[in-house]
Amino acid sequence: MDMRSPMGRVRGHGSAGEATAHFWAQRMTSLALIPLSLWFVFAAVSLVGADHATFKAFLGHHGNVLLTVLFVLVLFRHAQLGLQVVIEDYVHADGSKLASLIAVKFLAALGAASCALAAIKLAYGS
Amino acid sequence: MATQQQRPLSPHLMIYRPQMTSVLSITHRFTGVALSFGALVLTYWLTSAAYGPEAFTRAQAVLGSWFGRLVLFALTFSLFFHFCNGIRHLAWDAGWGFEMNRLRATGWLVVAASVLLTLASWLAAYAVAAGA
Ligand code: HEM
Repeated sequence: MDMRSPMGRVRGHGSAGEATAHFWAQRMTSLALIPLSLWFVFAAVSLVGADHATFKAFLGHHGNVLLTVLFVLVLFRHAQLGLQVVIEDYVHADGSKLASLIAVKFLAALGAASCALAAIKLAYGS
Repeated sequence: MATQQQRPLSPHLMIYRPQMTSVLSITHRFTGVALSFGALVLTYWLTSAAYGPEAFTRAQAVLGSWFGRLVLFALTFSLFFHFCNGIRHLAWDAGWGFEMNRLRATGWLVVAASVLLTLASWLAAYAVAAGA
């Protein structure tokens, strides 16, 4: 006899058994990206044609490096979650599905860390 | 097996007339994938800057070339489309906007807003470039 309620049985399911957490993380990163990506466009436009010194000075402002780091972390998390759904929809062979899911996760971590470290180095490095 | 023929068919994409709503839906996915590529362009830009002035000057030249600008323009539109339609998605998640007339109205609003925001930001970018 199954003691779990129907809701309890379906909660959190999905092809990787974690659909609810995935859904929620996708929505939270979307929400965070609304202000962050708008800020990023403003920042990128203001930096058109900038030289290295100008760019460094821009990141030297604490608010700018903070928003840059937040933006890249949330951006790569959101992209990874989104690409995961696209892969789950189109890649059906177990082997290539797992391989591409892992590749996207690793690449996203690499991209997020590279961007954050670069921004921090420019802000506080010599 | 008569019962099998009673089953509803899901719309077959190759013979189903594209509608504004379905085109926007696949465009959201396409722009999401394009923006993920854009995240790699951003990585190139930031790591070049961290590498030093010469690398950064080169990156700025690459991104400022006609091809670089073409890619950045496509990414700008992708971002604004995905941004506007993403807000539309979040409104749906909150339970708002599923009525057919609202779906159409917000769909066209997304198209208009993303075109306008793209043009406005590129006008601003060229103004910055001229002033610099
Ligand atoms: C800034 C860079 C961004 C990247 C790289 C990105 C990437 C992606 C990707 C790859 C997907 C998966 C597409 C699919 O499943 O069809 C996706 C979905 C989504 N994105 Fe983004 N996105 C970005 C910005 C945003 C922003 C600013 C919002 C703001 C509201 C947003 C809201 C959403 C939503 C709600 C979904 C889920 C759509 C669904 O349920 O099918 N995204 N994104």
